[in-house]
Amino acid sequence: MTDDCCEPSAPQRRGSAGRLSIALAGNPNVGKTTLFNALTGLSAKVSNYPGITVERRTGALTLPARPADLHDLPGTYSLNARSAEEQITFDALAGLAGQHAPDVVVVCLDATQLARSVYLLLQCRELGARCVGALTMVDEAGAAAPDARALSELVGCEVVPVTARTKRGLPELTAAIDRAARADRRPHWVWTPAPALRVQLDVVRGVLPASWRATARYASEQAPAKHASELQAADDAIALWALTCFDISEHDADELLGVPPDFRATVIAQHFALDDEPVLARWAWLDREIPKLAHAHPDRSMTERIDRVLLHRAAGFAVFAAIMSILFMSLFAWAAPLIDGIDHLFKAFGAGLRDLLGTSMFTDFLVDGVIAGVGAVLVFLPQILMLFLFLGFLEDCGYLARVAYLMDRVMRSMNLHGRAFVPMLFGFACAVPAITATRTMERRRDRLLTMLVVPLMTCSARLPVYTLIIASLIPGSRAMQGLLMVGMYAFSVATSLVAAWVMSKTVKPLKAKRLPFIIELPPYRFPRMPDVLRMMWGKSSMFLREAGTVILACSIALWALLYFPRTLPASAPNYAALIEHAPSDDAKATLIAHEQAAHLENSYGGRLGHAIEPAIQPLGFDWKIGIGLIGAFAAREVFVSTLGIVYAVGTDADEHSQPLRKALQSAKKSDGRSAYPPLVGLSLMVFFALAMQCMSTLAVVRRESGGLRWPLFLFGYMTVLAWVVSFLVYQGGKLLGFG
Amino acid sequence: MPSSLAEIPLGRSVKVRAIAGPRAFRRRLLEMGLVPGVMVRVVTIAPLGDPLRIEVRHGQWSIRKAEAAQIAVEPVEASAKVVVAQVVPLASGS
Repeated sequence: MTDDCCEPSAPQRRGSAGRLSIALAGNPNVGKTTLFNALTGLSAKVSNYPGITVERRTGALTLPARPADLHDLPGTYSLNARSAEEQITFDALAGLAGQHAPDVVVVCLDATQLARSVYLLLQCRELGARCVGALTMVDEAGAAAPDARALSELVGCEVVPVTARTKRGLPELTAAIDRAARADRRPHWVWTPAPALRVQLDVVRGVLPASWRATARYASEQAPAKHASELQAADDAIALWALTCFDISEHDADELLGVPPDFRATVIAQHFALDDEPVLARWAWLDREIPKLAHAHPDRSMTERIDRVLLHRAAGFAVFAAIMSILFMSLFAWAAPLIDGIDHLFKAFGAGLRDLLGTSMFTDFLVDGVIAGVGAVLVFLPQILMLFLFLGFLEDCGYLARVAYLMDRVMRSMNLHGRAFVPMLFGFACAVPAITATRTMERRRDRLLTMLVVPLMTCSARLPVYTLIIASLIPGSRAMQGLLMVGMYAFSVATSLVAAWVMSKTVKPLKAKRLPFIIELPPYRFPRMPDVLRMMWGKSSMFLREAGTVILACSIALWALLYFPRTLPASAPNYAALIEHAPSDDAKATLIAHEQAAHLENSYGGRLGHAIEPAIQPLGFDWKIGIGLIGAFAAREVFVSTLGIVYAVGTDADEHSQPLRKALQSAKKSDGRSAYPPLVGLSLMVFFALAMQCMSTLAVVRRESGGLRWPLFLFGYMTVLAWVVSFLVYQGGKLLGFG
Repeated sequence: MPSSLAEIPLGRSVKVRAIAGPRAFRRRLLEMGLVPGVMVRVVTIAPLGDPLRIEVRHGQWSIRKAEAAQIAVEPVEASAKVVVAQVVPLASGS
């Protein structure tokens, strides 16, 4: 946005391109995002779980006379903040951090939770925001719903009952916004600070950073200096916020951004100990006034009846297990045909294109690089779509908050958030959608820790690798082999939980602070499908746009690494001539496979496989596995087909390929001993369980964490962990005589 | 006899007396309306023994036992009719 403070503009011409800026604020679970969707027709996430809308969403709103932008702010119970997430709302409402103060703030008032909703409105009014109340959940509140006109008189701003589903009240709401935008700013406090607080407010107000003062924040508005006492009240609100929120105590230090250090020092020096006064004063007012408006209590009996089952000791867990199974199956099994379909479609398309264009380097690039890369992105789409469909539905109906309630005990013991259960479960299917699911947690620390351990879960891409290794390298009965597979799953659960615990104790940004775990258990509500679908599409398209492009670029780079330089050493046989004169089709196919193997071995990736051999030899791996590990970076299951090429059994070997199994079983070292004894198989499985062999996961962590730092950390810690544990397994096994 | 919310039997409504604990935690509870004088009730305990489901002002929250232990409560006077989370008696008119 431009800073047009010097321009003597008309009061309504502000913000970007002269559009009015309207903010939408409210507690979580009040139908705020549904209202946002109804007002703007744009996509935004609707949630029944506190604190989900981390991004600020903007949509166009048409007021009677002029266009406006509507900003959907994160749901919050209060403007006080201790984390950067909570600060978003305050900064946006007050006009800090380089933003313009919104011209009008629409505060959603939940008719079933009136006092708590009005609490937020009181804070907005203290700041001097021009407020309009949107009274939601009127139908649900029934007789408990207040009279809008009486409420309007009480709070001193217009209050319009709205039903977003039926669009009832929306024209009246936009008209009220329009009227409010023309009115003066009048900060309003329903309470008077006691003398001691008054002194502190005056001190802090006196040292407010220039850009935090009302004169600067409202500079582009008409005659800002006209109401000096009102400007002072607006500044008092900022001073109170600073006094309340700044904290440097060891366990309680705030994480607020953009606070000038000297200002912070002055505020801290006040030794503010009057936290209770403003809160209790507002609540005293609410407890005096709100009961006059609401003559009945909202009916929660339906929710209570449902909770009696869903939170029940036995039935609750049964339902929980059933819902999670359905979720899991949808990602694991139901998405499989779609994933295979996309896979086949792209393979067929590539093959068709190859026939059409003939064999050339360009064709290889197009088919194996670009088209396979696009396929590698789109292959995630079925799971991501399904995930967000289910998650959106469960959130909007209020169940995900119950999941946190049910699972908190288990997750907490590892310093994970109760909500981390769902992403970790999804990790069994695929880390990519699982990591996108961490957004349902409101705190960055919780999200980060979860996304750092989710990739340890046994994802479906590890299955083909385990299957191949177990079937070809691990002797024993089928039952034994099956048990080993189960063991790999248990191992992944244990390592991810232990990793979470260790990181929460050692890595500073992930340390478990004494953060309260207080989450609202909202009434059950039937989700509004258009909201769920919009959210599903919004999140999925964001994945395609932001993570997809990185995955595509990495796919192409990896293809090039394993393709070029496309030359063979002078010692290599003349494959072209040999293939030309092959005595039979079988011999020809064998020769082609050997030529491919030779090309792969001589590619940059192949040479890299050779180069890392000294590093992986202590784990029992040779350079052939090294090449497989590099190929597996595209996706773990590619390890299998890469080994297929290395062992010249064809480009499309899968984990059930008998020639590949035989080739692995009969592989010999130079001294004639088996290259892959069972111990190497075990070491290799452990390596795959722990190593960060997946560029798509790294791409999605980069997007979700907003930088390269955490994906690099993730890659580093998992690789080191994998190496060390595989080393211990292999060398320890050898010492014990299993080698 | 004063006690904490973590020690109150399920279903019994009690009155909040004071809230202890770190500053941000206290402020959060106060701001959600858990102020001294308000009625609070532990509805259920999660099947694994923690957290608690509490009801305040007709809203329900999940709160860990360790956090509930910071909330000092006192019994409601025998004469007071138990209306959960209602500080001020309902006015009969407007």
